[in-house]
Amino acid sequence: MTRELRSSAGRVWAMLLRYLYLLRSSWPRTLELLYWPTLQMLIWGFMSQFLYVNSSYVFRAFGVLLAAVMLWDVLFRGQLGLSMSFLEEMWARNLGHLFVTPLRPYEWVLSLLSMSMIRVLLGMMPAALLAIPLYHYSIFALGMPLVAFFAVLLIMGWSLGLAICGLILRQGMGAEGLAWTVVFTISPISCVYYPVSTLPGWLQHAAWALPSTYVFEGMRAVLFAGIFRTDYLLSALSLDIVYVALGAITFFVAFRDARRRGALLQMGE
Amino acid sequence: MGGPAVKVETLVKCYPTAVAVDGISFTVARGTTAALLGGNGAGKTTTLSILLGLLLPTAGRVQVLGEDILRHRYRVLPRMNFSSPFVDLPHRLTVRQNLQIYARLYGLPDQRRRIDQLASDLQISAFLERPAGKLSAGQKTRVALAKALLNEPELLLLDEPTASLDPDTADWVRSYLESWRAHTGATILMASHNMGEVERLCSEVIMMKAGRIVDRGSPQTLIDRYGRTNLEEVFLHIARDARVELQPVK
Repeated sequence: MTRELRSSAGRVWAMLLRYLYLLRSSWPRTLELLYWPTLQMLIWGFMSQFLYVNSSYVFRAFGVLLAAVMLWDVLFRGQLGLSMSFLEEMWARNLGHLFVTPLRPYEWVLSLLSMSMIRVLLGMMPAALLAIPLYHYSIFALGMPLVAFFAVLLIMGWSLGLAICGLILRQGMGAEGLAWTVVFTISPISCVYYPVSTLPGWLQHAAWALPSTYVFEGMRAVLFAGIFRTDYLLSALSLDIVYVALGAITFFVAFRDARRRGALLQMGE
Repeated sequence: MGGPAVKVETLVKCYPTAVAVDGISFTVARGTTAALLGGNGAGKTTTLSILLGLLLPTAGRVQVLGEDILRHRYRVLPRMNFSSPFVDLPHRLTVRQNLQIYARLYGLPDQRRRIDQLASDLQISAFLERPAGKLSAGQKTRVALAKALLNEPELLLLDEPTASLDPDTADWVRSYLESWRAHTGATILMASHNMGEVERLCSEVIMMKAGRIVDRGSPQTLIDRYGRTNLEEVFLHIARDARVELQPVK
């Protein structure tokens, strides 16, 4: 490892440590990480138990709704985890301090991505483990496809998060609400709980432009037919590359623009 | 090592509705303490922000410690630092956690020793484990200085270093800065409204008004030039006198 690479890794670790200290400093925030995924899992678990005896759709595969809700949370928490760490710096008006150090913007982004993954795992694992004794359902039974689904959704969450952070850098804190709302606009056409064929024809084209749609269709293929659709995975990963590139461009262009406008020192509540 | 610590040439910063810095040029010699002096909106903080690489200028050249800050800011940022009472360290982290993170960002080899040494020098050891948001103004200023001195900077930029401090604490901070600069041979460039502070600490004063440099010199030179008894009177004369020509001073 070259000296410069070691220094760079040290700075990424410094920023990650900052977010871990922040997480540790407030137990209500840590609890909140676990609260929503667990609550969602409980609601959809009981719903699945009810539908199992009243719906042929759930009867074909008990875990179809539970897996969907947990995978959707990977996308949502991935985006929110990145945006929240970013917003912590805005609320603390800390960009002026950070960017007079040798910290590069891409190193900051790497720490945001790492923290997002930690937040997703912290939030999802208790819900996934609790579903095993409560409903005799383990999402881990999906096997290797679960790893692929997780990766695709996390990367998509990152791409949305980067674009949202770029918009906040550009528009100021008035745009912070985007961090909680944008992802829900794509929920209906991601076909989380129902097949793409449910959508009207014209909307299906939009649905297939989202990596998440391939994941949820792929998940149903595994659960209903025991087939892992590698074509879906390749399409999703290709779209992820496009999305994450667009997200990164939005972020870095907005960051440079913030330097031009003098917003790095002023940005905050 | 030769050359000035700061060299600014025809620097311009325009915003859509205002010209914040209007073609200024100046140098700050190594090992000295200099001040940018001027009223609100004179362009002092804008100039400091450009020197820090936080703000991109519209035109002009800026060299810091021999490097072009616009092209090679990552070569020079490890060798400089900044402190301002208007930009707090993150409130929810303890003082020690904040200092640890900045020590890591600067890649310091023996972080704990450096933090303990600064904590002792700046008398902040007693509240190292306290959240940064729970400190008094004087404590925050000393913690901010500790952060700014972590990397033993060759150039220290200060924005109103003693703003909102009581006279006793402000005097302590000035004494510390004086002895730190004398001990390390570093360069300090500060923006200030406090004339007593500037007279005491600075060997060079750059007077700014409406984004331009209107005069410069040592505090005594300026006092003599305007026939006044102290720098505050010089400041008021320049601030209120419409006859002062707003021409960049060579």
